[in-house]
Amino acid sequence: MTGAPTAPLLEVRDLAVAFNTPDGVLEAVRGVSFDLARGRTLGIVGESGSGKSVATQSMVGLTRGARITGQALFDGRDLLALPAAELRAIRGRGIAMIFQSPMSSLHPLYTIGWQITEMIRAHEHVTSAQARVRAIELLGHVGIPRPERRVDDYPHQYSGGMLQRAMIAMAIALNPRILVADEPTTALDVTVQSQILRLLRRLQQEFGTAIIMITHDLGVVAETAHDVLVMYAGRAMEQAPRESLLRSPRHPYTQGLLRSRPRLGTHGTRLIPIPGQPPSLIAPPPGCPFHARCEHSIDRCTSSAPPLAASADGDSAHRSACWLSGQGTAP
Amino acid sequence: MTADALIQLRDVVKEFPVQSRAAFGGRSERLQAVAGVSLELRRGETLGLVGESGCGKSTLARCVVRLLQPSTGQILFDGQDISTASHAELAPYRRRMQMIFQDPYGSLNPRRRVGSIIGDPFAIHDVGPAGERRRKVQDLMALVGLNPEHYNRFPSDFSGGQRQRIGIARAIALRPELVVCDEPVSALDVSIQAQILNLLDELQGELGLTYLFISHDLAVVRHVSDRVAVMYLGRIVEIAPSEALYEQARHPYTRALLSAVPVFDPDETRTNASVELTGDPPSPLDPPRGCRFHPRCPRAQSRCAAEEPQLIPRAGDGPEHTTACHFPLVEGETMAIGAAPRMTP
Amino acid sequence: MSAGPPIRSRGPWELAFERLRRDRAAIASAVTIVFALVVALAAPLLAQLTGHSPIEQFTATGLSPTGIPVGPGREFWLGTDGLGRDVLVRIAYGTRISLLVGVLASALAVLIGAIVGIAAGWHGGAVDTFLSRFMDVVLSLPFLILALALAALVGPGLGVSIFLIAFFSWASVGRIVRSEARAIREREYVQAARALGAGSARIMFVEMLPVVSATVIVYATLLIPSSIAFEATLSFLGLGVPPPTPTWGNMLTDAMAYYKVAWWLLLFPGAALLGITYAFNVLGDSVRDALDPKHDQTIGAGRGGDA
Repeated sequence: MTGAPTAPLLEVRDLAVAFNTPDGVLEAVRGVSFDLARGRTLGIVGESGSGKSVATQSMVGLTRGARITGQALFDGRDLLALPAAELRAIRGRGIAMIFQSPMSSLHPLYTIGWQITEMIRAHEHVTSAQARVRAIELLGHVGIPRPERRVDDYPHQYSGGMLQRAMIAMAIALNPRILVADEPTTALDVTVQSQILRLLRRLQQEFGTAIIMITHDLGVVAETAHDVLVMYAGRAMEQAPRESLLRSPRHPYTQGLLRSRPRLGTHGTRLIPIPGQPPSLIAPPPGCPFHARCEHSIDRCTSSAPPLAASADGDSAHRSACWLSGQGTAP
Repeated sequence: MTADALIQLRDVVKEFPVQSRAAFGGRSERLQAVAGVSLELRRGETLGLVGESGCGKSTLARCVVRLLQPSTGQILFDGQDISTASHAELAPYRRRMQMIFQDPYGSLNPRRRVGSIIGDPFAIHDVGPAGERRRKVQDLMALVGLNPEHYNRFPSDFSGGQRQRIGIARAIALRPELVVCDEPVSALDVSIQAQILNLLDELQGELGLTYLFISHDLAVVRHVSDRVAVMYLGRIVEIAPSEALYEQARHPYTRALLSAVPVFDPDETRTNASVELTGDPPSPLDPPRGCRFHPRCPRAQSRCAAEEPQLIPRAGDGPEHTTACHFPLVEGETMAIGAAPRMTP
Repeated sequence: MSAGPPIRSRGPWELAFERLRRDRAAIASAVTIVFALVVALAAPLLAQLTGHSPIEQFTATGLSPTGIPVGPGREFWLGTDGLGRDVLVRIAYGTRISLLVGVLASALAVLIGAIVGIAAGWHGGAVDTFLSRFMDVVLSLPFLILALALAALVGPGLGVSIFLIAFFSWASVGRIVRSEARAIREREYVQAARALGAGSARIMFVEMLPVVSATVIVYATLLIPSSIAFEATLSFLGLGVPPPTPTWGNMLTDAMAYYKVAWWLLLFPGAALLGITYAFNVLGDSVRDALDPKHDQTIGAGRGGDA
């Protein structure tokens, strides 16, 4: 994917999402910015509480009762400022989502075929016969064997991997420009996971869909993403092309994640974990959210949160939110 | 059978009755979750057990700690047959073997205080006067890295990693010899997993524990295990010392499993070329004849559909590396990328 | 070493109580119930205050020259009934019966139902089948016919009322508890207890009961208004506490003869019955919401694929 840089498909600037809870204001996302280029995959990596799912859900209006600030420019229109009706029109055609557990995203009492055709007909003026033909085509495209028979099956008759494929079929039915996949393989076996990731790559090549892949699993990111954004406690910690991130991570959090993995050569040794736990998102203290667990933390880290910036001597595409790496000295 | 075997499984089978459905002529009314497993767990070792969903590893784990009674076959603990022991007869064994569960949210009773939960083993087995129990529980909490002052809190006050520590404290309270770990870190955040794995390692050294470690995460299993057993559809398809399995897996399923693990260290060269298995793992309700893996196997031949392969050393391996395959992979052999199965089911 | 969470520890009961405290409907209904309790306790005081006992018949001042009951006024604040008795004082005393029977019968029903339900749910198999069928039989028994028969045999009274109501209420609680117990049986913490060697009794008591208690409390609260209504029905039919002891039910029976000319005889006992039933129903709903297990997750802790 080289060539003259084109305008990004999606530009998110300073996205912040907060929820009112009985215990206080929960700041799920605190000022995150990223771009999504056409036909590329952005991997958003984070653990629980990182805000990765909330960020994308808020863009398409799936977070009820939340206070959202910032901008999400899709085709020049700010998704966060759109009225509900227009946003609904974009969902499915412009931006489609698939979730972790297809069993709970699909209605158990309607056939798969019915659900797909209904979705198509909600956005396009086609007869139900035409929509059904398209549904069968889609199911075949995502690798479901004998789609003309399986189209009339109910979700409980599909296995986990097939359900996820069916979800993907539904998601790409209207040929969306962006596909947001929220932990699509977490609940699947590793061999099925590799099939699904392969499928997504193939679809991206065929249709040029941009993908946002949300996951906690660095391995998934390693297999699928072109660019990676690492989130922690609602903030962006590091952003870089995949190779660069995995080869030379700059942020202590990313370094900690990679270093603490069990892998070749760790047998018989103690792993090097990241000590402590993620902070509470309710009334979070100022400063870098990672400082309490960071071995390189200095005074400045507790008082102000570093911005996402490229280091002076490094690659401008590789940015890290750390006072130490920002000054050109990687910790 | 080695002399220092703590657990011996001989042809263990565990079946569950299934409501028969009218369609398909009702092939099987019993689901064989574990379909004949023979295994040995040696004192002090960590045996890893890997497999995908439906392979029966969790069921096997529960049979070992006698949460389930095997349908047929024998389970020997320290030479004693506990396969058909009653609840009362099992009481002394319960102190010697325990289990850690996967779900840190489901494995602790949300309406009970943490101190009470960890103190359960003492209460159940009537160990020590009540006053002393509290002190013991607090010692345990400190041992697993929890603040002993949180004795009276409820599980909902703790994070996933801390809850798992509570579960571990409960399991080691009576200083068991064997601990079965059923996916102990799978439900935890990555940054916490390493903490818990280290804790388990530490405890094994301090208390002389033997672990049966079940996981679907091959990287974790490789890190913790001395030997690894691979399960598929209720059977063991390969057992080997950890490094031998990862470097020279003989069974095509093992290779496929290993190849599905993402590689992201550019320094880690892929020893297993990417193999895409077609289809989903089949259901144990209607297992294939002959070798259970043959319908998905790129190397299958007619013999595989007819004859079930035995779990024995192959291709010149020693007794420590056994494989259940008629055509195991030999040195340097790789499986074709994306090969379709030879045999149609 | 990982330090504990810095937040204040609040167990599930405390959290539920706080939720309840914030619920306006719950507060309103609680106030109503407390008011009724006060009235019940202060009934003798009220009798002293007005100078009328609940069973005294004031034929001179309480009845019109033609024998019609007197309406609400200065002498009798809520009027009199057909025998010249003070309606207000009678309602106050009637509150005692209603609350006593309501609470005791519910408590008994819930106790039996919980025990049977847990036993059936935990043991499964033959025990479960037997107990479930037994509960089904109890639920199919005709209430009125049996009430009549029993009253005929032993004579109506307070104890009989409580027993009857409890007998006809426990089975529905039992069924609910049984299905919950069955679900809990499969939970991992119960598996863990079994792995530790816990026996049936311990698991039922120590593991299941605390979890089931949330449902049980909700049911107890919701059972009270129906028990009160049951009692009113029984005494309306003459099968409850015998006269002259006032209960709302038998006051309504008396009202049947006079309501065309004495609306207060129907309105006040009826309103009291309706009011207390409604208050308990609302409270029961609020308690159910407060104890909803979905509220018991801490925010942001652990992996749930949420954020």
